[in-house]
Amino acid sequence: MTLAQAQPVADATRRGRREPAVRLEHVTKAFGDLRVLDDVSFEVPEGIGFIILGRSGTGKSVTLRHIIGLVRPDAGRVFVRGREMSALEGARLSDARREIGFLFQSAALFDSISVGENVAFPMRRHTRLRDQEIRERATQKLESVGLGAHYDKMPGDLSGGMRKRAGLARAMALDPALLLVDEPSAGLDPITSEEIDDLLLELKTAGTTLIVVTHNIPSARKLGDRLVMLHEGRIAIQGTVDDLERSDEALVHAFMSSSHSG
Amino acid sequence: MLDLATGRAAANLASVGEFAQFAGRAARQSVVPPVEFRETVRQLYELGLRSVPLIAASGLAVGVVLSMHTRASLERFGAESMIPAGLAMALVRETGPLTAGLLLSGRLGAGIGAELGAMRVTEQIDALEASAVDAFRYLVVTRVIACVIALPILTTIMNFSGMLGGYLAERAATGMSLGLYFDRAFSLIGMTDYVPATVKTMVFGFIIATVSSYLGYTTRSGTEGVGRASTRAVVFSSMLIIVSNVVLVQLIFFIFPEASG
Repeated sequence: MTLAQAQPVADATRRGRREPAVRLEHVTKAFGDLRVLDDVSFEVPEGIGFIILGRSGTGKSVTLRHIIGLVRPDAGRVFVRGREMSALEGARLSDARREIGFLFQSAALFDSISVGENVAFPMRRHTRLRDQEIRERATQKLESVGLGAHYDKMPGDLSGGMRKRAGLARAMALDPALLLVDEPSAGLDPITSEEIDDLLLELKTAGTTLIVVTHNIPSARKLGDRLVMLHEGRIAIQGTVDDLERSDEALVHAFMSSSHSG
Repeated sequence: MLDLATGRAAANLASVGEFAQFAGRAARQSVVPPVEFRETVRQLYELGLRSVPLIAASGLAVGVVLSMHTRASLERFGAESMIPAGLAMALVRETGPLTAGLLLSGRLGAGIGAELGAMRVTEQIDALEASAVDAFRYLVVTRVIACVIALPILTTIMNFSGMLGGYLAERAATGMSLGLYFDRAFSLIGMTDYVPATVKTMVFGFIIATVSSYLGYTTRSGTEGVGRASTRAVVFSSMLIIVSNVVLVQLIFFIFPEASG
């Protein structure tokens, strides 16, 4: 059993979708006097690994939050698989979110329920599967991230890397077509970080569209088909890994030549 | 200086308006389906059933102390036989509901404020939303319903345990039998004493749940903010309970004039 199933891609192909998985059009967002995003536009085609790079505080995580509708733009529009997330509310927003998985930087596991129940939670909420079947599927998801034996443990009993993997299993619980990942390597050692990257790569290979916020250039090289670099709320550059590596921009050059892993 | 004061006043006013909206939304969604049934039952267990030991033990102690004070007063007039009825009246009409409300504003207010605050700062509320769950309905409305249901029940438990405490004090002082004690205790109180006073604790439950949920749900500034939310939840819900009690008692006297006799 792999973490992802090919179904999302098959669905997209069958319906003949031409829309990109995600499209941001001139998105601007400010918190108080601080303008975090300033006229940001990009497209993410289905099935690719899209990396958002940039220094801390340049609006990377806020961009992810716009995509899943946790934050609304002051100006501009956000589309996910043709649906305007920035205009959806209530049940329609919930429907759209079911197609999206989100791995938070802190994993954000619900600490009042077990690790397995965290993974089972989206299935209990959004499917009509029987309890036994949900438990089996949740166990399979945990096995695929190497945590099969930890179903009944509480999140507080896990290490940082294990929490992140459990968070990934929960994000993939409904086999979403689009997975948003916020700083997968943050706070992890290089080996655990590479294990998480391998899991993400496996998902991408199976057809899931990945949008990954990271500072970690080795991760970006491994997962990224396209990259965008944000600087002071604006897009400094976007393109492939090669495009960014060939850039003469001092900031881009400094970033791409770093071996920072976390 | 004046600018600072004006700025603070405006910010406080904005917070009051924001809270009013929050409470209105909670009230509306509490009566409009869908209801998060499983989570509501879980909250009833966590907030209601698990408060029973605190309420029962406190009620017992309050009953003993009230009985001792009542005895000291009524002995002067040779009216010791009125102690059970007087104690029951005091407990059912006011002492039970208000003491239960204040005790629970401590236990539930601090718990809800800290739990939701911690969930906010660790992104768990965002994770709920990202999982296509209406976090407000799941976290806030379930707690509001649970508190509104639990408070009258816990108040009734407090009244009974208070009377039991009174009985133990009387038993120690005079050797009065259980049957005689409760016979006298219930001789003067009627439904108009019990029902309005107990129903008003539903308002206390609503106050505790909405105030502490609001402060937890809107927590900022990390763990420091969680601590602040928890403390404020207790302080503000206790204050609001005391103030609203004045209004509610007036309202009860207006609707049930016999309750003031």
